[in-house]
Amino acid sequence: MANITGYRRPAAGTQPEYLFPAYTSTIKRAPTKPLVLLPHTQSELTGPVFGYDDLQPGDHDLTRQHAAAPIGERIIVSGQLRDEDGRAVPHTLIEIWQANAAGRYPHRIDQHDAPTDPNFTGCGRTLTDERGRYRFVTIRPGEYPWRNHYNAWRPAHIHFSIFGPAFATRLVTQMYFPGDPLLAADPMFNCVPDERARNRLISALDWESTVPEFALGFRFDITLRGAQQTPMEREP
Amino acid sequence: MSLQATTSQTVGPFLHIGLTWLIIEDLAPAGVAGERVSVDGRVLDGDGAPVNDALLEIWQAGADGKFGEKSFRGFGRSATDDQGRFRFRTIKPGRVAGPGGKLQAPHIAVNVFMRGLLKQLVTRIYFPQDPANAEDPVLALVPSERRATLIAKPAGAGALEWNVLLQGHDETVFFDC
Repeated sequence: MANITGYRRPAAGTQPEYLFPAYTSTIKRAPTKPLVLLPHTQSELTGPVFGYDDLQPGDHDLTRQHAAAPIGERIIVSGQLRDEDGRAVPHTLIEIWQANAAGRYPHRIDQHDAPTDPNFTGCGRTLTDERGRYRFVTIRPGEYPWRNHYNAWRPAHIHFSIFGPAFATRLVTQMYFPGDPLLAADPMFNCVPDERARNRLISALDWESTVPEFALGFRFDITLRGAQQTPMEREP
Repeated sequence: MSLQATTSQTVGPFLHIGLTWLIIEDLAPAGVAGERVSVDGRVLDGDGAPVNDALLEIWQAGADGKFGEKSFRGFGRSATDDQGRFRFRTIKPGRVAGPGGKLQAPHIAVNVFMRGLLKQLVTRIYFPQDPANAEDPVLALVPSERRATLIAKPAGAGALEWNVLLQGHDETVFFDC
Protein backbone atom coordinates (compact mmCIF):
# COMPACT_ATOMS: atom_id res chain seq x y z
CA MET A 1 0.00 0.00 0.00
CA ALA A 2 1.25 3.44 -0.89
CA ASN A 3 2.04 5.92 1.84
CA ILE A 4 -0.81 8.29 2.64
CA THR A 5 0.53 11.83 2.61
CA GLY A 6 -2.73 13.68 3.18
CA TYR A 7 -6.45 13.78 2.45
CA ARG A 8 -7.98 15.57 -0.51
CA ARG A 9 -9.67 18.96 -0.19
CA PRO A 10 -13.40 19.06 -0.99
CA ALA A 11 -14.75 19.76 -4.47
CA ALA A 12 -16.06 23.34 -4.75
CA GLY A 13 -19.59 23.81 -3.45
CA THR A 14 -19.88 20.40 -1.79
CA GLN A 15 -19.04 21.35 1.80
CA PRO A 16 -20.67 24.15 3.84
CA GLU A 17 -19.07 27.43 4.82
CA TYR A 18 -19.11 28.21 8.54
CA LEU A 19 -21.16 31.39 8.16
CA PHE A 20 -24.56 30.62 6.62
CA PRO A 21 -26.95 33.32 7.88
CA ALA A 22 -30.11 31.45 6.81
CA TYR A 23 -29.18 29.07 9.66
CA THR A 24 -29.16 31.73 12.35
CA SER A 25 -27.08 29.82 14.92
CA THR A 26 -24.06 30.18 12.61
CA ILE A 27 -23.99 33.98 13.04
CA LYS A 28 -22.48 34.07 16.55
CA ARG A 29 -20.55 30.82 16.19
CA ALA A 30 -18.81 30.94 12.82
CA PRO A 31 -15.16 32.05 12.92
CA THR A 32 -14.58 35.54 11.53
CA LYS A 33 -10.82 35.39 10.95
CA PRO A 34 -9.21 33.43 8.11
CA LEU A 35 -8.60 29.74 8.70
CA VAL A 36 -4.98 28.60 8.58
CA LEU A 37 -4.36 25.87 6.00
CA LEU A 38 -3.11 22.85 7.93
CA PRO A 39 -0.67 20.45 6.31
CA HIS A 40 -1.65 16.90 7.23
CA THR A 41 0.89 15.55 9.69
CA GLN A 42 0.97 12.36 11.75
CA SER A 43 -1.63 13.97 14.03
CA GLU A 44 -4.14 14.31 11.18
CA LEU A 45 -3.25 11.10 9.31
CA THR A 46 -3.93 8.84 12.30
CA GLY A 47 -7.08 8.45 14.35
CA PRO A 48 -8.70 6.46 17.14
CA VAL A 49 -9.66 2.85 16.53
CA PHE A 50 -12.78 1.41 18.14
CA GLY A 51 -13.67 -2.24 18.45
CA TYR A 52 -16.40 -4.58 19.58
CA ASP A 53 -15.20 -4.06 23.16
CA ASP A 54 -16.56 -0.53 22.90
CA LEU A 55 -20.06 -1.70 21.90
CA GLN A 56 -22.95 -3.74 23.28
CA PRO A 57 -24.52 -6.44 21.07
CA GLY A 58 -27.86 -4.65 20.47
CA ASP A 59 -26.47 -1.17 19.90
CA HIS A 60 -27.45 -1.19 16.21
CA ASP A 61 -31.14 -1.95 16.92
CA LEU A 62 -32.94 1.10 18.29
CA THR A 63 -36.24 -0.80 18.48
CA ARG A 64 -35.02 -3.25 21.12
CA GLN A 65 -33.45 -1.07 23.76
CA HIS A 66 -36.44 -0.99 26.11
CA ALA A 67 -39.19 -3.19 27.54
CA ALA A 68 -41.44 -2.93 24.48
CA ALA A 69 -41.26 -1.85 20.86
CA PRO A 70 -41.30 1.90 20.18
CA ILE A 71 -44.28 3.52 18.45
CA GLY A 72 -43.68 4.26 14.79
CA GLU A 73 -42.89 2.78 11.42
CA ARG A 74 -40.02 0.33 11.78
CA ILE A 75 -37.31 0.83 9.14
CA ILE A 76 -33.89 -0.55 8.26
CA VAL A 77 -31.20 1.99 7.46
CA SER A 78 -28.11 0.56 5.82
CA GLY A 79 -25.41 1.43 3.36
CA GLN A 80 -21.75 1.38 2.59
CA LEU A 81 -19.01 3.61 3.92
CA ARG A 82 -16.37 4.20 1.25
CA ASP A 83 -13.81 6.83 0.33
CA GLU A 84 -13.68 9.09 -2.73
CA ASP A 85 -11.82 6.36 -4.63
CA GLY A 86 -14.66 3.94 -3.96
CA ARG A 87 -12.66 1.89 -1.47
CA ALA A 88 -14.62 0.40 1.43
CA VAL A 89 -13.86 1.85 4.88
CA PRO A 90 -14.01 -1.19 7.17
CA HIS A 91 -14.18 -1.55 10.96
CA THR A 92 -14.95 2.04 11.81
CA LEU A 93 -17.42 3.48 14.31
CA ILE A 94 -20.74 4.98 13.18
CA GLU A 95 -22.99 6.68 15.78
CA ILE A 96 -26.56 7.79 15.05
CA TRP A 97 -29.24 9.73 16.92
CA GLN A 98 -32.73 10.86 15.98
CA ALA A 99 -36.15 12.06 17.15
CA ASN A 100 -38.97 9.62 17.88
CA ALA A 101 -41.92 9.04 15.55
CA ALA A 102 -43.66 12.12 16.96
CA GLY A 103 -40.69 14.39 16.30
CA ARG A 104 -39.57 14.58 19.92
CA TYR A 105 -36.12 14.00 21.46
CA PRO A 106 -35.77 12.71 25.02
CA HIS A 107 -33.60 15.72 25.85
CA ARG A 108 -34.02 18.34 28.58
CA ILE A 109 -33.97 21.24 26.14
CA ASP A 110 -36.53 19.82 23.71
CA GLN A 111 -39.69 21.83 24.44
CA HIS A 112 -41.74 20.60 21.47
CA ASP A 113 -45.18 19.61 22.72
CA ALA A 114 -45.17 16.10 21.28
CA PRO A 115 -45.14 12.87 23.26
CA THR A 116 -41.96 11.18 24.37
CA ASP A 117 -41.82 7.42 23.95
CA PRO A 118 -40.58 5.43 26.95
CA ASN A 119 -39.53 2.70 24.54
CA PHE A 120 -37.35 4.88 22.34
CA THR A 121 -34.11 6.66 23.17
CA GLY A 122 -33.11 7.32 19.57
CA CYS A 123 -29.43 6.45 19.95
CA GLY A 124 -27.48 3.74 18.13
CA ARG A 125 -24.00 2.76 17.05
CA THR A 126 -22.21 0.10 15.09
CA LEU A 127 -18.95 -0.78 13.36
CA THR A 128 -18.74 -1.13 9.58
CA ASP A 129 -17.90 -4.64 8.44
CA GLU A 130 -14.92 -5.70 6.30
CA ARG A 131 -16.67 -4.29 3.20
CA GLY A 132 -17.58 -0.99 4.84
CA ARG A 133 -21.24 -1.94 5.28
CA TYR A 134 -23.40 -0.91 8.21
CA ARG A 135 -27.02 -1.60 9.20
CA PHE A 136 -29.37 -0.11 11.78
CA VAL A 137 -32.92 -1.06 12.72
CA THR A 138 -34.92 1.94 13.92
CA ILE A 139 -38.20 3.77 13.41
CA ARG A 140 -38.89 6.55 10.96
CA PRO A 141 -38.27 9.85 12.80
CA GLY A 142 -40.93 12.57 12.82
CA GLU A 143 -40.59 16.12 11.55
CA TYR A 144 -40.50 18.84 14.22
CA PRO A 145 -40.61 22.61 14.55
CA TRP A 146 -37.53 24.68 15.42
CA ARG A 147 -37.12 28.36 16.05
CA ASN A 148 -34.73 29.30 13.27
CA HIS A 149 -37.38 31.41 11.52
CA TYR A 150 -41.17 31.77 11.54
CA ASN A 151 -42.92 28.42 11.04
CA ALA A 152 -39.64 26.54 10.62
CA TRP A 153 -39.85 22.74 10.49
CA ARG A 154 -36.99 20.28 10.17
CA PRO A 155 -37.44 17.53 7.59
CA ALA A 156 -37.27 14.02 9.00
CA HIS A 157 -33.60 13.16 9.51
CA ILE A 158 -31.14 10.89 11.28
CA HIS A 159 -27.84 12.29 12.59
CA PHE A 160 -24.70 10.33 11.64
CA SER A 161 -21.22 10.56 13.21
CA ILE A 162 -18.42 8.71 11.43
CA PHE A 163 -14.74 8.38 12.37
CA GLY A 164 -12.97 6.78 9.41
CA PRO A 165 -9.25 6.02 9.43
CA ALA A 166 -7.88 9.40 10.53
CA PHE A 167 -8.49 12.59 12.50
CA ALA A 168 -8.85 14.31 9.12
CA THR A 169 -11.65 11.99 7.94
CA ARG A 170 -14.00 12.70 10.87
CA LEU A 171 -17.47 13.45 9.52
CA VAL A 172 -20.81 14.39 11.07
CA THR A 173 -23.79 14.55 8.73
CA GLN A 174 -27.53 14.00 8.50
CA MET A 175 -29.53 11.52 6.44
CA TYR A 176 -32.86 12.60 4.95
CA PHE A 177 -35.79 10.71 3.42
CA PRO A 178 -36.81 10.64 -0.25
CA GLY A 179 -39.67 12.85 -1.36
CA ASP A 180 -39.78 14.99 1.80
CA PRO A 181 -41.42 18.33 0.84
CA LEU A 182 -39.75 20.06 3.81
CA LEU A 183 -36.27 19.67 2.28
CA ALA A 184 -36.75 22.63 -0.05
CA ALA A 185 -37.29 25.00 2.90
CA ASP A 186 -34.62 23.62 5.26
CA PRO A 187 -31.56 25.87 5.74
CA MET A 188 -29.37 22.97 6.90
CA PHE A 189 -30.12 20.77 3.90
CA ASN A 190 -29.61 23.77 1.61
CA CYS A 191 -26.30 24.86 3.16
CA VAL A 192 -24.23 23.98 0.05
CA PRO A 193 -24.69 25.35 -3.47
CA ASP A 194 -24.02 22.03 -5.24
CA GLU A 195 -27.43 20.42 -5.79
CA ARG A 196 -26.01 16.95 -6.43
CA ALA A 197 -24.07 17.11 -3.16
CA ARG A 198 -27.28 18.02 -1.31
CA ASN A 199 -29.20 15.22 -2.94
CA ARG A 200 -26.60 12.69 -1.80
CA LEU A 201 -27.82 13.38 1.76
CA ILE A 202 -31.18 11.84 0.81
CA SER A 203 -31.50 8.10 1.36
CA ALA A 204 -33.21 5.87 -1.19
CA LEU A 205 -35.99 3.38 -0.68
CA ASP A 206 -34.17 0.06 -1.06
CA TRP A 207 -35.96 -3.18 -1.89
CA GLU A 208 -32.80 -5.20 -1.35
CA SER A 209 -32.59 -4.37 2.37
CA THR A 210 -36.38 -4.30 2.83
CA VAL A 211 -37.52 -7.29 4.88
CA PRO A 212 -40.94 -8.56 3.72
CA GLU A 213 -43.66 -8.35 6.36
CA PHE A 214 -41.22 -6.56 8.70
CA ALA A 215 -39.64 -3.25 7.66
CA LEU A 216 -38.88 -1.02 4.67
CA GLY A 217 -35.22 -0.49 3.90
CA PHE A 218 -33.55 2.86 3.21
CA ARG A 219 -30.08 2.97 1.72
CA PHE A 220 -27.63 5.72 2.66
CA ASP A 221 -24.09 5.37 1.33
CA ILE A 222 -21.51 7.66 2.92
CA THR A 223 -18.29 8.85 1.31
CA LEU A 224 -15.23 9.95 3.29
CA ARG A 225 -12.36 12.04 1.91
CA GLY A 226 -9.97 10.23 -0.38
CA ALA A 227 -6.31 9.85 0.44
CA GLN A 228 -3.46 11.50 -1.41
CA GLN A 229 -0.72 8.98 -1.87
CA THR A 230 2.85 9.05 -2.99
CA PRO A 231 2.71 7.91 -6.63
CA MET A 232 3.56 4.26 -7.16
CA GLU A 233 6.70 3.45 -9.10
CA ARG A 234 5.78 2.97 -12.77
CA GLU A 235 5.94 -0.68 -13.77
CA PRO A 236 8.59 -1.35 -16.47
CA MET B 1 -13.83 5.57 -9.59
CA SER B 2 -14.17 9.09 -8.26
CA LEU B 3 -16.78 10.02 -5.68
CA GLN B 4 -17.19 13.18 -3.64
CA ALA B 5 -17.12 13.27 0.14
CA THR B 6 -20.52 13.45 1.82
CA THR B 7 -21.58 16.97 2.82
CA SER B 8 -21.07 17.78 6.49
CA GLN B 9 -24.07 18.76 8.63
CA THR B 10 -24.34 20.16 12.14
CA VAL B 11 -24.58 17.94 15.23
CA GLY B 12 -27.53 20.13 16.28
CA PRO B 13 -28.69 20.78 19.84
CA PHE B 14 -29.52 17.17 20.70
CA LEU B 15 -26.05 15.74 20.10
CA HIS B 16 -25.88 14.44 23.67
CA ILE B 17 -28.37 11.67 22.83
CA GLY B 18 -26.01 10.07 20.36
CA LEU B 19 -22.56 11.07 21.54
CA THR B 20 -22.27 11.18 25.33
CA TRP B 21 -22.05 7.39 25.75
CA LEU B 22 -18.41 7.81 24.67
CA ILE B 23 -17.44 10.68 26.96
CA ILE B 24 -13.76 10.15 27.81
CA GLU B 25 -12.44 13.01 29.91
CA ASP B 26 -9.76 10.99 31.67
CA LEU B 27 -7.55 9.60 28.92
CA ALA B 28 -4.76 8.36 31.12
CA PRO B 29 -5.77 6.16 34.02
CA ALA B 30 -3.15 5.06 36.55
CA GLY B 31 -0.34 3.12 34.89
CA VAL B 32 -0.10 5.15 31.69
CA ALA B 33 3.41 6.55 31.35
CA GLY B 34 3.91 10.28 30.99
CA GLU B 35 3.66 13.69 32.58
CA ARG B 36 0.11 14.17 33.92
CA VAL B 37 -1.68 17.27 32.80
CA SER B 38 -5.22 18.59 33.07
CA VAL B 39 -6.68 20.89 30.44
CA ASP B 40 -9.73 22.89 31.50
CA GLY B 41 -11.45 25.58 29.51
CA ARG B 42 -14.61 27.15 28.20
CA VAL B 43 -16.22 27.63 24.82
CA LEU B 44 -17.55 31.16 24.25
CA ASP B 45 -19.56 32.54 21.33
CA GLY B 46 -19.36 35.92 19.57
CA ASP B 47 -21.19 37.63 22.44
CA GLY B 48 -18.84 36.07 24.99
CA ALA B 49 -21.71 33.84 26.12
CA PRO B 50 -20.91 30.30 27.20
CA VAL B 51 -21.70 27.60 24.64
CA ASN B 52 -23.50 24.90 26.62
CA ASP B 53 -24.00 22.49 23.73
CA ALA B 54 -20.50 21.97 22.35
CA LEU B 55 -18.58 18.72 22.14
CA LEU B 56 -14.79 18.59 21.96
CA GLU B 57 -12.82 15.61 20.74
CA ILE B 58 -9.08 15.38 21.20
CA TRP B 59 -6.51 13.12 19.58
CA GLN B 60 -2.90 12.87 20.67
CA ALA B 61 0.21 10.72 20.78
CA GLY B 62 1.50 9.06 23.92
CA ALA B 63 4.48 10.32 25.87
CA ASP B 64 6.74 8.42 23.47
CA GLY B 65 5.33 10.22 20.41
CA LYS B 66 3.47 7.14 19.13
CA PHE B 67 -0.24 7.11 18.23
CA GLY B 68 -2.89 4.56 19.13
CA GLU B 69 -0.93 2.28 21.42
CA LYS B 70 -2.65 -0.42 23.43
CA SER B 71 -1.77 1.25 26.73
CA PHE B 72 -2.94 4.68 25.59
CA ARG B 73 -5.60 5.17 22.92
CA GLY B 74 -5.14 8.95 22.91
CA PHE B 75 -8.77 9.82 22.18
CA GLY B 76 -10.89 12.04 24.40
CA ARG B 77 -14.41 13.49 24.21
CA SER B 78 -15.97 16.09 26.52
CA ALA B 79 -19.33 17.89 26.32
CA THR B 80 -19.58 21.43 27.67
CA ASP B 81 -21.72 22.22 30.72
CA ASP B 82 -24.02 25.20 31.36
CA GLN B 83 -21.00 27.47 31.79
CA GLY B 84 -19.45 26.24 28.55
CA ARG B 85 -16.79 24.29 30.46
CA PHE B 86 -15.01 21.18 29.23
CA ARG B 87 -12.24 19.17 30.87
CA PHE B 88 -9.60 16.61 29.98
CA ARG B 89 -7.16 14.69 32.16
CA THR B 90 -4.32 13.33 30.05
CA ILE B 91 -0.56 13.18 29.59
CA LYS B 92 1.70 15.50 27.68
CA PRO B 93 2.32 13.88 24.29
CA GLY B 94 5.76 13.34 22.84
CA ARG B 95 6.93 14.99 19.64
CA VAL B 96 5.66 13.64 16.34
CA ALA B 97 6.77 14.16 12.75
CA GLY B 98 5.41 17.12 10.83
CA PRO B 99 5.78 18.36 7.26
CA GLY B 100 9.03 17.22 5.66
CA GLY B 101 9.81 14.96 8.61
CA LYS B 102 10.56 17.95 10.85
CA LEU B 103 9.50 17.27 14.44
CA GLN B 104 6.51 19.18 15.77
CA ALA B 105 6.21 20.57 19.28
CA PRO B 106 4.01 18.51 21.64
CA HIS B 107 0.38 19.24 20.80
CA ILE B 108 -3.15 17.86 20.99
CA ALA B 109 -5.42 17.88 17.91
CA VAL B 110 -8.95 19.14 18.60
CA ASN B 111 -12.28 18.82 16.75
CA VAL B 112 -15.08 21.09 18.01
CA PHE B 113 -18.73 20.27 17.25
CA MET B 114 -21.85 22.25 18.13
CA ARG B 115 -25.20 23.55 16.96
CA GLY B 116 -24.45 26.40 14.57
CA LEU B 117 -21.39 24.70 13.10
CA LEU B 118 -22.25 23.06 9.79
CA LYS B 119 -18.86 21.36 9.96
CA GLN B 120 -16.51 20.87 12.87
CA LEU B 121 -13.83 23.39 13.78
CA VAL B 122 -10.27 22.10 13.91
CA THR B 123 -7.73 23.56 16.29
CA ARG B 124 -4.76 22.52 18.44
CA ILE B 125 -3.57 22.77 22.04
CA TYR B 126 0.14 23.46 22.54
CA PHE B 127 1.98 23.49 25.85
CA PRO B 128 3.29 26.64 27.55
CA GLN B 129 7.00 27.31 27.97
CA ASP B 130 7.96 24.44 25.71
CA PRO B 131 11.09 25.47 23.79
CA ALA B 132 9.96 23.31 20.84
CA ASN B 133 7.08 25.74 20.19
CA ALA B 134 9.58 28.19 18.66
CA GLU B 135 10.47 25.71 15.90
CA ASP B 136 7.06 24.10 15.39
CA PRO B 137 6.26 24.00 11.64
CA VAL B 138 2.50 24.41 12.16
CA LEU B 139 2.72 27.28 14.66
CA ALA B 140 5.04 28.94 12.13
CA LEU B 141 2.11 29.06 9.68
CA VAL B 142 -0.02 31.03 12.16
CA PRO B 143 0.27 34.86 12.22
CA SER B 144 2.51 35.58 15.23
CA GLU B 145 -0.04 37.82 16.96
CA ARG B 146 -2.56 34.94 16.98
CA ARG B 147 -0.29 32.08 18.08
CA ALA B 148 -1.04 32.59 21.78
CA THR B 149 -4.61 31.37 21.22
CA LEU B 150 -3.22 27.88 20.56
CA ILE B 151 -0.95 27.74 23.61
CA ALA B 152 -2.54 26.72 26.91
CA LYS B 153 -1.90 28.86 30.00
CA PRO B 154 -0.44 27.46 33.24
CA ALA B 155 -3.14 27.16 35.92
CA GLY B 156 -1.32 25.57 38.86
CA ALA B 157 0.71 22.40 39.26
CA GLY B 158 0.02 20.07 36.33
CA ALA B 159 -2.96 22.19 35.30
CA LEU B 160 -3.56 24.11 32.10
CA GLU B 161 -6.27 26.45 30.92
CA TRP B 162 -7.17 26.67 27.25
CA ASN B 163 -10.32 28.31 25.89
CA VAL B 164 -12.15 28.23 22.59
CA LEU B 165 -13.25 31.71 21.53
CA LEU B 166 -15.38 31.41 18.42
CA GLN B 167 -15.20 35.08 17.48
CA GLY B 168 -13.73 38.41 18.57
CA HIS B 169 -10.33 40.02 19.02
CA ASP B 170 -8.84 36.94 20.66
CA GLU B 171 -10.66 34.47 18.40
CA THR B 172 -9.01 31.06 18.57
CA VAL B 173 -7.02 30.03 15.51
CA PHE B 174 -8.94 27.42 13.53
CA PHE B 175 -7.42 25.35 10.77
CA ASP B 176 -8.59 24.41 7.31
CA CYS B 177 -7.84 20.73 7.80
